[in-house]
Formats: sequence, structure tokens, C-alpha cells
Amino acid sequence: MAIFLNSDSKIIVQGMTGAEGMKHTQRMLAGGSNIVGGVNPRKAGETVEVEGKSLPVFGSVAEAMSATGANVSVIFVPPAFAKQAIVEAIDAEIPLAVAITEGIPVHDSASAWAYNVEKGLKTRLIGPNCPGIISPGESNAGITPWNITGKGPIGLVSKSGTLTYQMMFELRDIGFTTGIGIGGDPVIGTTHIDALEAFENDPETKAIVLIGEIGGDSEEKAAEYISKHVTKPVVAYVAGFTAPEGKTMGHAGAIVSGSAGTAQGKKEAFEAVGVKVGKTPSETATLMRDIIANL
Amino acid sequence: MDLFEYQARDLFEKHGVPVLQGRIADTPEEAEAAATAIGGTVVVKAQVKTGGRGKAGGVKVAHSPAEARQKAEEILGLDIKGHVVQRLMIAEGAKIAQEFYFSVLLDRSNRTFLSLCSVEGGMEIEQLAVERPDALAKIPVSAVTGIDKALAMEIAKAGRFPEELIDSVSDVILKLYDVFVKEDATLVEVNPLVLTEDGQILALDGKITLDENADFRHERDDMERDALDPLEAKAKAMDLNYVKLDGEVGIIGNGAGLVMSTLDVVAYAGEANGGVKPANFLDIGGGASAEVMAAGLDVILNDPQVKSVFVNVFGGITACDAVANGIVGALNTLGARASKPLVVRLDGNNVEEGRTILKEFNHPLVALADTMDGGANTAAELANG
Repeated sequence: MAIFLNSDSKIIVQGMTGAEGMKHTQRMLAGGSNIVGGVNPRKAGETVEVEGKSLPVFGSVAEAMSATGANVSVIFVPPAFAKQAIVEAIDAEIPLAVAITEGIPVHDSASAWAYNVEKGLKTRLIGPNCPGIISPGESNAGITPWNITGKGPIGLVSKSGTLTYQMMFELRDIGFTTGIGIGGDPVIGTTHIDALEAFENDPETKAIVLIGEIGGDSEEKAAEYISKHVTKPVVAYVAGFTAPEGKTMGHAGAIVSGSAGTAQGKKEAFEAVGVKVGKTPSETATLMRDIIANL
Repeated sequence: MDLFEYQARDLFEKHGVPVLQGRIADTPEEAEAAATAIGGTVVVKAQVKTGGRGKAGGVKVAHSPAEARQKAEEILGLDIKGHVVQRLMIAEGAKIAQEFYFSVLLDRSNRTFLSLCSVEGGMEIEQLAVERPDALAKIPVSAVTGIDKALAMEIAKAGRFPEELIDSVSDVILKLYDVFVKEDATLVEVNPLVLTEDGQILALDGKITLDENADFRHERDDMERDALDPLEAKAKAMDLNYVKLDGEVGIIGNGAGLVMSTLDVVAYAGEANGGVKPANFLDIGGGASAEVMAAGLDVILNDPQVKSVFVNVFGGITACDAVANGIVGALNTLGARASKPLVVRLDGNNVEEGRTILKEFNHPLVALADTMDGGANTAAELANG
């Protein structure tokens, strides 16, 4: 079993007709994802030919869902309009919305998240500013290269896109149930803990890789959660030991403020609960290999 | 982006938060003129983005324009915790009866907003939180419903303001929340918020942090920003995500997480190589095109401290052969300016094709690495040599 996304997932793309949306719709289709349509109010009623498939464009997420039975939306809408797109997905109560968009103002993310909470969390939001979610061999909702790895027993949750790719590639001979990039923004939907909980409950996932980076306290909370609720082996990697205080390292959320959010603090939090932390991504992959070999 | 006090004051004024007159001055002459224009007693305040200005001698009272000029001479050029004072704010004097604290900020941990309020102001908030935690009210604020008059009153009451001040303080809280939302701030802090002897509530000193992701919907072009390192300025002009650090190994990679990780791995390799360190953070993005690669290499090779460069790219969407062609294109563009050894590690899609391209290019300064850890090691050795 993959988590959150599988071969039954029917995907629509919000912002499909834009350049990024089109490029990745094509890639997702090439990788076998079941894309059933797109959303763009200005192009409603049109159809778009992609990878030999004729995709209908709908005026809203709700329309797209009732016409196609879609249960996943991938959002490529530009930052200025992304909040409205996320809110629309929440209003339509789509079970999974994956916001790829980078550079969304944090007030917008915070208010979209608060709105989701108010509406009873009927939509699982992944992101924003993330590579999305991939269940190899089943479906891919986002921008992860679909052929990077195969199906297998590892679950992966990561704040970083390229580190996710790196880890999946290094462990491609073993393979993954699902890899989730939760995103590097200060306010995100799905957290490390949400993914840990789902992997713990997924019988096919045998071990978990967690990738964190400086900023916030998601890793510290994850460590505490692991000590109480996760029985499967977990290895972790944390990026940003050399990042100076007060400088944003690429991701809007990757900033060390005062003594909070340091890589060292996160590493210590994991080690305190018995989670091994790799010094480099490759060493982390080796730790995972050892675990899989001894299962 | 953290604002200077005078910028925060201006935003407060724009949104109707009661503030005193304040004028900026970059010279003693301007300070004297500002004091003349304001009249009466003024406060000469160093504009630096660090706490403890008062103790460091960066805040002084002046009773006449001539004295303001003299105080300005004393404060300009002062080094306060590594920040050299280049600008002053000349502020109107106030007769303070009492000092309070208020802030509203993004509470990242709980994915909501949070307001902090206390009738006990004047000291550093971290100190208050430790020494008198009961005196500091922490009230969550929904990002959907925000702060209305009722919640503002609740916040003031929780901060233990006396009954007779609740109405006036809550009005100011409402306006400060306006600043927070309308300016896309992640922090609005007033310390101290004061009650004057004539019964006015004023924001006497403020800190604001703005969300740069929201720059597109504000007019912030003219806003004074922190002086950038010349290389950072050059990188910014080319739209590169670059941060200058103090080290010898230049770093280029794709994706923020991978680049952060590359810095760590290089620093780790440096421990065995004379303590060399990463010279910068540079993320050329998922696409890693030849143009961006050339621009990135150009910035890094202009850093006189750099002795070697580690290019660490994971070929995902842009496969390794495209990345390798990008590197070849970049080196051809740079010509003789590419003067330092380059260790290139490619991994991911079409990695063999990518390596073949670089092998055939056979540039004397380019060395290929099989792994990220190995590449970091080679780059550290070269920088130490």
C-alpha cells in the first residue's frame, strides 16, 4: 500500500494550461499518472491534447470533480493566485491537494491553512513549495522525476525536493512505497508527523527515511512523535549545519533565528530518541541499507 | 526582511498607529536641522538592526538642536555589536508614565498567528518571558478571522492592562494588526508601547519583519535594505539565489536542500583538509540551465577567497547530459575567467551521458567526482593545496 496517493488516484491539475502546469502534466502522464483534467476558469470548456490524451479544462475544482471523479489536485498556479486556488480546492473538499508553487506569501499560506482547519480538514494539503508526492509504480502528483526510483518498502518524508531525489536515487534498487516532499515554507499542510503516522500504519512500509532542514521545529516534534508512536525503524538526515544565523538558505523557511531551528538541535533531538542521523545523504542511505538488510 | 526602526515608525504612521515625530539624519548637520524642525527635547537614536542600542550608547537625549548635533557626532560611526551606525532617527521627546509590550507574529510551530501582550514593558521580551512568564499573555490569532475589537480587548485584558486603558490600548492593537496584515509582516513588535503623562498611548519603538514573498503586492522598491556584499549584489542582479559565506570552496548546486547539504558535506571534508570551509550558498534551481550555470560560476570565480569550486548537481527533471552541456557552455562563455579548479559531481538521470560529455570536453580544470562525499573531499583538498 502506498500512502495518500495510489493507482486509483484521479488527478486534476489547477493551472494546467500555464507553462509549468503543461510541462509537468505531460511528465506526470508519461510516468503513468491518471490525469483526468485541468482547471482554468478562463479556458473552461476547452480541451488540451497532452501525451496523446485529450484533457478537458473545467471552470472550477468542484466542476472537475463532479465530471471526472477526481480525488487529487496538483496546483501549479502562480504565487499571486495560489491562495485562491488552494481555497477553491478546500471548498470543493477534494481529498488531496498538492501545492507545488514556490514563493507564496506566508499570510496567504497561513490563511489558507486556517481556512482548511475551519472547514474541518476535509482536504489533505501537501506543500506549498514542494515537489509533491510519488508512489512509485502507482502514481505521481508533482514534479518528482517519475523514473527516479522503483516500488519498494521504504517510506520517505522530506522538506527538500532535490534531497528527496538524491535519496530515492541512491536507494532505487530497494525502492519506496511513497515519497512525500512536504515543502520548505514556514507554513505547510502535511507535516513530518502526518507522514510518519501514515507510514507507521501502512503495512507495506517497512522503514522510514526522514529528511529535515534548518528552521522551525518540525523535526523536533517528529522526534518526539517517533519516540511515542513509531515502531518501524527510522533514519534521519538534517541539512544546514553550516548555515549562519539570520540568513535564509534558499527556502523561505530555512532560517536559523537565535538558538531555534538549528541543525544541531534537530540532530540531537533525533539521536535522543534513538533515531540514527546520517552525516551526509550517502551515509544516511547506507544506514537505511543496513536496516533493510537486517529486516 | 527586518526593517529599521524609522521604517517601522513610518509604517505605523501610515496605518494610524499613534507615534511621535521622527526624522532621519545621516550627518550631524541633518540631525541639528531635524531637531530644529521637531522643536523641544529630542532623542537621537542609532538606526541599527540589533538590540541593546541604549546600553551601547546609541540612544541619547538632546535638549537643543546644537546638542542634537553633538550627540549625532558621538553616535554616527559607533560600532554596536558589529553594526556601524550610518543613520540616525531624531525623535520627538515624550514624558513617559508607563511602558508596555505588544507584538503579533507568525507562529510557525502552530501554523497560526500569535499575539503577545504585557503591561510590563521596557525590558527584552525574552527576559520577561523567562523571569515573569505569568505577566506575558500569549493569545492565538486566527489567520482567517484576525483581531477584531473584542479580541483586541481580550488581549489587553490578558496582558493585565488596567480597566481604564483597555479601550485605548485595544484600539492601538487593532491598528497594529492592520500593519501586520496589510504590510504582509511576519512580526510587528512594539517595545515599548507607552502611556504618556498626558494619557496618550504611543508606539515608541517598533520592530517589523516583512515577508519578501509578498514583495510583488507592495511598493517596496524604494525601501532601504541591508547593504549587500558586492558579490551578493551581483548575484541578485542576475536573479541568483546566493549567500556569501566566509570560506574557500565555492559551491554550486540545484535545490535549496541539496545545496545546504553540500555546504555541510564540504565543511565536514574540510575538517581533514586544513579547516577549509564553503565559500557560499548558491542554488541554481531545479532547471540548472547553461545560462544560469555560467552566471553562477561567474559570481563564484569572482570571489577572491575561493580556491576551488564544487559543482554538485542532481539531474532530475533536467537530466545530467543537459546539465553537463550547461557546464561546457558556461566554461566556454567564461573562457580565461574560469581560472580555478572545478570538481563536478553529477548524479541522477542520464548520469553516464553527462559524464561522457564532460570527459570528452576534457577541460584541464575540471575533475569529475563519482559521489557527493568524494567530490566534497576533492574540492576541499584542492582548496587546501
